[in-house]
Amino acid sequence: MARAATTQRKIVVTTAAWIVGLLIFFPILWTILTSFKTEGDAIAFPPSLFPPHWTLENYFEVQSRSDYFRHFVNSVVISIGSTVLALLIAVPAAWAMAFSPTPKTRDIMMWMLSTKMMPAVGVLVPIYLIFRTLGLLDNVWGLMVILMLMNLPIVVWMLYTYFKEIPVDILEAARMDGATLGKELVYVLVPMAVPGIASTMLLNVILAWNEAFWTLNLTAARAAPLTAFIASYSSPEGLFWAKLSAASTLAIAPILVLGWISQKQLVRGLTFGAVK
Amino acid sequence: MATRQTKALARAMMAPSIIVLFVWMIVPLVLTLWFSFQRYNLNYPERSGFVWFRNYYFFLTDPAFLQAIGNTLILVVGVLVITVVGGILLALLLDQPIWGQGIVRLLVIAPFFVMPTVSALVWKNMMMHPQYGIFAWISKTLGLPTVAWLTDYPLASVIIITAWEWLPFAALILLTALQSLDEDQKEASEMDGANFVNRFIYIILPHLARAITVVILIETIFLLSVFAEIYVTTQGGPGYSSTNLPFLVYVQALLNYDVGGASAGGMVAVVLANIVAIFLIRIVGRNLDA
Repeated sequence: MARAATTQRKIVVTTAAWIVGLLIFFPILWTILTSFKTEGDAIAFPPSLFPPHWTLENYFEVQSRSDYFRHFVNSVVISIGSTVLALLIAVPAAWAMAFSPTPKTRDIMMWMLSTKMMPAVGVLVPIYLIFRTLGLLDNVWGLMVILMLMNLPIVVWMLYTYFKEIPVDILEAARMDGATLGKELVYVLVPMAVPGIASTMLLNVILAWNEAFWTLNLTAARAAPLTAFIASYSSPEGLFWAKLSAASTLAIAPILVLGWISQKQLVRGLTFGAVK
Repeated sequence: MATRQTKALARAMMAPSIIVLFVWMIVPLVLTLWFSFQRYNLNYPERSGFVWFRNYYFFLTDPAFLQAIGNTLILVVGVLVITVVGGILLALLLDQPIWGQGIVRLLVIAPFFVMPTVSALVWKNMMMHPQYGIFAWISKTLGLPTVAWLTDYPLASVIIITAWEWLPFAALILLTALQSLDEDQKEASEMDGANFVNRFIYIILPHLARAITVVILIETIFLLSVFAEIYVTTQGGPGYSSTNLPFLVYVQALLNYDVGGASAGGMVAVVLANIVAIFLIRIVGRNLDA
């Protein structure tokens, strides 16, 4: 009796959850399905959920008409480049703060977080002018540095919360067993730190990939990553939905997969360790 | 001896981060402040000079500014209400035993990973388009008049798009917090005959309080700077009806080339964000001590 009630309840809850989930996911699903339609079918009325005539034409068209691949490479270079740069600077800092904290560490952490609060528009004008003077507008390297700076506080914070969880006792145990500093680092610390560094990296790549203030304002044609490339579709009053959908699908697919993999770490990274 | 060495090493390890962030934060900010007191338009380089607070005066008395501030606040509050309330409901739903829970979770968080320009364009064209959009199709099917979302309700449209992007964030964090709720406590209250409403008010909500605060504060930081969603959809229009502060500064700087005015606007945005930041830092800081 009680069991029947719980099963019944589970059916109801499951149905509700799936409906809500599909509704929320619908715009993405719709985009993916539209990318396989012909342009005519894409704006057909009434719309059909599944493409009446499946085609890969749009994907080829996007590439041949607008050199999609170059923008994709820009996105990869900028997001991975800025992440690696940030890690190079942040790993030592987070390490030092986690393992030899001083009374000032807390203030430094807080100050770093506060730089993240600065709205980008507050510094848009000088950055734009500096970039113009240095010839860094529409330049992949310039953008890489800006995004590194944007995300550096999050990276330091996230690494810090991971490093904090590495038990220091284990170092002493290793030392007692006669491990040298070098061995200690290679065999004990690095293996324990790698998962934290990896998830920090993942989150940062996601953030950099989707960043859409600096990428829109500091690039034109040459260095434009996918965010800016997709935005360029907004001007022609669109009857290019199938192509737009193909370009969008390609732009979000890699990061959607990465995001799904890293969803657990995401909560922690985005709340600066406040919710785990 | 070893400690002094360690300390020096620790300092050396932290130095690059601190220096880089310091330069990134201070130099442009000082420049913005400096420009904000200058008459400085890239179109008229010959007209220049120190004008004290005139840029602020023009910016703050410009009707567009008041409207932009209003829109910024409506946007932030609107999205917050939708995402927090929706997020709590979603989290409660997903916390139940469901078949295929993992997949539903993936479906729900997916929008958060979609780049803002894509979500804005998809919504603009495929959902809200007055002729071919899904909403138009629903209206027509139900025999209702179709709505030109982006021209008739521009700000509401931007709010809907932005809320769609941030709802997963709220839901994911609240769900994580919900899952850390002690099962025993839940069961005990159920045994005591507490109904759902009571359980929600006296046990679940207090448990979620901190997570909700964190969601509100972090979202506020990002929502104060919503840009791409407006840039791609309404371009701030019609008129200034969907222009928020970041977009106004962008128009002033990169379209009107008014460096002085834009800088003054930028400084106003900095002040606004700082007010929010003070609260956020306190909360996160408290967590650091715990």
